[in-house]
Amino acid sequence: MDDSRPIFLQIAEQIENDIISGALPEETQVPSTNELAAYLRINPATAGKGVNLLVDTGILYKKRGIGMFVADGARARLVAQRRDQFREQYVTPLLTEAQKLGITPAQLAAMIGEASR
Amino acid sequence: MSDIIRVDGLSKTYGVGQNAVHAVADASFGLEENRIYGLLGRNGAGKTTLMQLLTGQEFATRGSIEVFGESPVENARVLDRVCFIKESQRYPDDFRVKHVLRSAPWFFAGWDADFADDLIRQFRVPVNRRMKKLSRGQLSAVGVIVGLASRAPLTFFDEPYLGLDAVARQLFYDVLLADYAENPRTVVLSTHLIDEVSNLLEHVLVIDEGRIIIDSSADELRGSAVDVVGARTAVDAFTAGREVLHRAGLGGLATATVAGLDETGRAAAAAAGLELAPVSLQQLVIRTTTGETADRTNGENA
Repeated sequence: MDDSRPIFLQIAEQIENDIISGALPEETQVPSTNELAAYLRINPATAGKGVNLLVDTGILYKKRGIGMFVADGARARLVAQRRDQFREQYVTPLLTEAQKLGITPAQLAAMIGEASR
Repeated sequence: MSDIIRVDGLSKTYGVGQNAVHAVADASFGLEENRIYGLLGRNGAGKTTLMQLLTGQEFATRGSIEVFGESPVENARVLDRVCFIKESQRYPDDFRVKHVLRSAPWFFAGWDADFADDLIRQFRVPVNRRMKKLSRGQLSAVGVIVGLASRAPLTFFDEPYLGLDAVARQLFYDVLLADYAENPRTVVLSTHLIDEVSNLLEHVLVIDEGRIIIDSSADELRGSAVDVVGARTAVDAFTAGREVLHRAGLGGLATATVAGLDETGRAAAAAAGLELAPVSLQQLVIRTTTGETADRTNGENA
């Protein structure tokens, strides 16, 4: 948990990450609010808020009396969302820092090419 | 959810005239059912007095208190449902730990003896020892055990951790969370160790010089203030017209703690070449309650 953002957002993000990585496959049950709270040592209401955020966006769904499950197609939707955020979260700051250091976009592209080889 | 406590214009003054101490000054707030509250503040801020007022152990100078819809003073209907774990609980001289455990059900209808026994083992408290002979930490452990096993609908813990080692404190937090999840109730936790408990709290009240200066959900507070770090001129230019809680500087560098910075503000700070650093709940409380006795003309920074 970091201090800069509300915990419930961080909970939602952690579950999203687990869905994207495949640790939580579609149609599997996610840990209960109380399990999350005990494991992460946070208030159960906060954990519930994070889970509900994902229910509201249709990433998780509720099976009455059983628990929360990962929705069909959740992974593809999350990946699409994250791709949209990628430019803003990673590319823009990368370009800003590169500019500060006098690295041109062409040099940057070359560096990326080398690093991924 | 409904308010379990309703406080309006509450004041408690000790002494008269120039020597008067305003332990609680014009406090108004409500506590909702089945939440964990943090009551935070410096030594002598009024935390204990406030809890004594809420549990009918002190009389208000002014204002009204309703607990479960009624005044708590001399009111068994209210006090039967309340557990108040005090920092310095006194026990009869010849009491042993087992006597405390045996008498607890007289006061708490929801007392769970099996749970208490289990906690006694986990906290490693010697049941046959006299209360007088317990170490400070063991005494605190008994308080924590009584507070948890009482399962009272409204439980106050006034700095329950004195002398408890790190293992026992973590055990307390873990058991509190687990038992609260299974048996929801309202818990008010007064503490100085804010970093340790900040993730457990759902709502935070900060009291300073008897006044409630912050009454906010923990998640709203988290991220409500950020440190803006950079060249002094840039920091000064950026903070002009914004609410600054705290300033510090070293040579040409400056740090300002800014309240309520939104996404646009963050972007503006980044564009001005300033770095943003998160402020923990503990730091936020320190920065809003630091300083000498002062009239709080702009103290409403919640």
